[in-house]
Amino acid sequence: MTAAPTATEVASAVRSGTVRAATVLEGHLAAIDAAEAGIHAFNLVTREQARSDAAAVDAAVDAGHDPGLLAGVPVALKDNLCTRGVPTTCSSAILAGWRPPYDATVVTRLRRAGAVVVGKTNMDEFAMGSSTETSATGPTRNPHDLDRVPGGSSGGSAAAVAAGFAPIALGSDTGGSIRQPAALCGVVGMKPTYGTVSRYGLVAFASSLDQVGPFARSVADAALCFDVIGGHDEADSTSLNRPTPRVLSVLDDGVEGMTVGVLAEFLDGADPVVVARARAAAEALAAAGARVEEVSVPEVALALSAYYLIAPAEASSNLARYDGVRFGLRVDADDTVAMNTATRSAGFGAEVKRRVMLGTYALSAGYMDAYYGKALRVRTLIIEGFARAYQRCDVLLGPTTPTTAFPLGAKVGDPLSMYLSDVCTIPTNLAGHPAISVPFGTDDAGLPVGVQLLAPALAESTLFRAAAVVEAAAPDGSGRGGGTT
Amino acid sequence: MTDGWHLVIGLEVHCELRTETKLFCGCRNMFGDEPNTNVCPVCLGLPGSLPVLNQRAVELAMAIGTALHCDIRPSTFHRKNYFYPDQAKDYQISQYDEPINVDGWLELPDGFRVRIERAHMEEDTGKTTHAGASGRIHGADYSLVDYNRSGVPLVEIVSAPDLRDAAQARAYATELRAILVASGASDGKMEEGSMRVDANVSVRRSPDAPFGTRCEIKNLNSVRSLGRAIEYEAERQITLLEAGEAVEQQTRHWDETAGRTETLRSKEEAYDYRYFREPDLVPVVPDPEWKAAVADTLGLMPAQRRARLTELLGQGTDAVDGRRDQVATVVDLGLDDLVVEAAAAGVPVTLALARTANEAATDAEAARRLDLGAYVALLTMEAAGSLSATQSKAVLGELLAAGGGDPAVIARAKGFEAMSTDSLTATVAEAVAAEPDAWARYRDGEDKLAQVFVGRVMKATRGQANGKAVVAELQRLRG
Repeated sequence: MTAAPTATEVASAVRSGTVRAATVLEGHLAAIDAAEAGIHAFNLVTREQARSDAAAVDAAVDAGHDPGLLAGVPVALKDNLCTRGVPTTCSSAILAGWRPPYDATVVTRLRRAGAVVVGKTNMDEFAMGSSTETSATGPTRNPHDLDRVPGGSSGGSAAAVAAGFAPIALGSDTGGSIRQPAALCGVVGMKPTYGTVSRYGLVAFASSLDQVGPFARSVADAALCFDVIGGHDEADSTSLNRPTPRVLSVLDDGVEGMTVGVLAEFLDGADPVVVARARAAAEALAAAGARVEEVSVPEVALALSAYYLIAPAEASSNLARYDGVRFGLRVDADDTVAMNTATRSAGFGAEVKRRVMLGTYALSAGYMDAYYGKALRVRTLIIEGFARAYQRCDVLLGPTTPTTAFPLGAKVGDPLSMYLSDVCTIPTNLAGHPAISVPFGTDDAGLPVGVQLLAPALAESTLFRAAAVVEAAAPDGSGRGGGTT
Repeated sequence: MTDGWHLVIGLEVHCELRTETKLFCGCRNMFGDEPNTNVCPVCLGLPGSLPVLNQRAVELAMAIGTALHCDIRPSTFHRKNYFYPDQAKDYQISQYDEPINVDGWLELPDGFRVRIERAHMEEDTGKTTHAGASGRIHGADYSLVDYNRSGVPLVEIVSAPDLRDAAQARAYATELRAILVASGASDGKMEEGSMRVDANVSVRRSPDAPFGTRCEIKNLNSVRSLGRAIEYEAERQITLLEAGEAVEQQTRHWDETAGRTETLRSKEEAYDYRYFREPDLVPVVPDPEWKAAVADTLGLMPAQRRARLTELLGQGTDAVDGRRDQVATVVDLGLDDLVVEAAAAGVPVTLALARTANEAATDAEAARRLDLGAYVALLTMEAAGSLSATQSKAVLGELLAAGGGDPAVIARAKGFEAMSTDSLTATVAEAVAAEPDAWARYRDGEDKLAQVFVGRVMKATRGQANGKAVVAELQRLRG
């Protein structure tokens, strides 16, 4: 079992001409062939297009051109990122076979940097779930234990990186959908500041919360990918028109002089082993010169309730367009309304229907202020609570998830317990702040544990510096290089 | 029928903005193109697409707000959620509780001011055609949707319920249309749907009584329909009330052919639009400099344009009173600049106004594109007597058809060579000689007998002579 190369290693070797992109790709395709059947990380492996893209990268190198920062790096894309001419399904029957006529901005940026897209990864349907079990194409399994979930909703991307199918994958994080599966699969997962990565071409779940971010097997690879995909995009009105922090260059700057706040609310209710790992990571930061203290942001206890009003409310509107009229599934019926109903009844799974109904109710006349309006006010309180903590601290630290990976089927019948697995990740989405999950040891069963670092808006540089220190102190077997080729 | 009853009317006018591109994407904003050719992922509502606000549309909305004396405010967009096949995303992006323009007014030509509650931005829907006997969605065999109109920028102008009869509502719609055209925001074409009017109508027993229950009337495709629909609807409500029944709050559809309104949906069936802030867009906050720049580029409004012509004609004279319709016509059609320019070049105002209101107005669209210099040159020739009125009108027809040209060249080509003074003198002398009795009476002061000689000269010259020049020659001969 040899450790799969990191994206940094691949790009460096391909750019210098010592390794062919085609060779790198075939190594990863072989890994997919060997293990994908048991994992189901992908909805689609785009083998032929990947081969032609890798050949183009090699041709560029041969011609003396620099293909870019991600030259020849295989990347996997969550199946809610639009890819021109390539099916984009959101793991939903309602979009089965739909081929977007355009690429998402992040996909364009990856390709321009020389990345080679190997496929579209499985996910919870429309990113609604925390285990990748709500997918219409069946669940993804955790590469560390095939009887356990990889987390979700970007479970396929997390599993693909953990299994060595690609050094980098993109996911989307609405309430923890990058960080939670990253923690459960033992890889790095990062959610950027809202507005730093374009959402153009990301199929919307909850527009005010969604953000695209990277999975990788190292903090440096995640930083490299963030530098490539970040930056202003005119096609996304919520994209910040200001310089995006470049993080790769500050990775080794250390944490001396930083204040790290261990967030008490995230420790409450978490498994003892997870709490112990988080505390150990804090000690590592202290050992590297950071000041560590306990902080409390009581408002985050309200986050889950607010999130399950705001996200479904926006989703109920965002998912209205799947009506059978213009694209995707159509189930014919006698009139338009009956056709809409039949199409949506057949095309959406149970969790999507549950959230569309929740959101529709929360926005209804007479209930709007009591539910959606109140949730927005709670959101403001959470932002104020974090602002208070960040007056004292540069970063906050806690577990990414309360538990390690749970068995398949364990929570599908109990939505509330499933929702609770995002209790530590949701507050950051409501605040719009960046956060990252870094693998930090395992539980007694050898399952990965993730430690989460949080920072204020646009403080990605601080976040990545702290993450690099935590990564360097992580016990052996924390997941880094967990994949094989 | 309306004896003893008073009407209360408020109008909601949707106006398509004359932008190059749509409100949230780069697709062409063009009426009449091949269906579904001006479309992209954004205006088709494809998954993953996002709206980006068209700055030009904001400027035109601000121009409308300025022209209607509104307060232009920081504003936000909301989603109005409802399912309909021509609504690409199954929600419409519209402004809700924070519209860009609020609290303005519009002054009718008679001086009555109608309060404007708001004028907000929103996107248009696609256009559905239902195949089948009824032309409506119920019972259609199938429906076709053209998304070229999806995402076309609209401003919805909501008046206060200040209008009191159908004539006043018509005057409001006419004046608003002229303002929209003058501000450059819209072409105001009701027949192409670029201006659409909905009317809220209620009746009450006295002008001081609380408002009655209102009905909203849709599908009013002309100013004439608006008037007819209001009159019909008021009668319908009065009949109900006089029979002791209640008016139910409804949305009603105007059937132009049948000349009546029909129930579209009742209050109970009204949609719950579940408005919430559009998370894909950021607030629009026009700064004072931007507002000032928009106000600076705003041309004269119809009221100012009418005043300008009235002033040229001379205040308080019969000349003004007799020409109100001509003044209104040229301003409504956006042709008043032709009159003003001609007058500035020395053409008599009454002549310029008459030619513009009577002849140029017959093809207003061509007239708006007409080369001003050519028009002024033509009227100068007519005023100087080198072309007759008949000839001048014929040349104008050519100019309008061609969009311009040299009127002198056109006149020559048509054989309208101005008669030389010598040949006119000779022809008049022949006419005088042929009518000795009439000449004697004319010489004694019977001016109207000039027509006898003018008629003879015209006959002899096959209409080529200038009537005014003939009269001038007669007066010279009379001494």
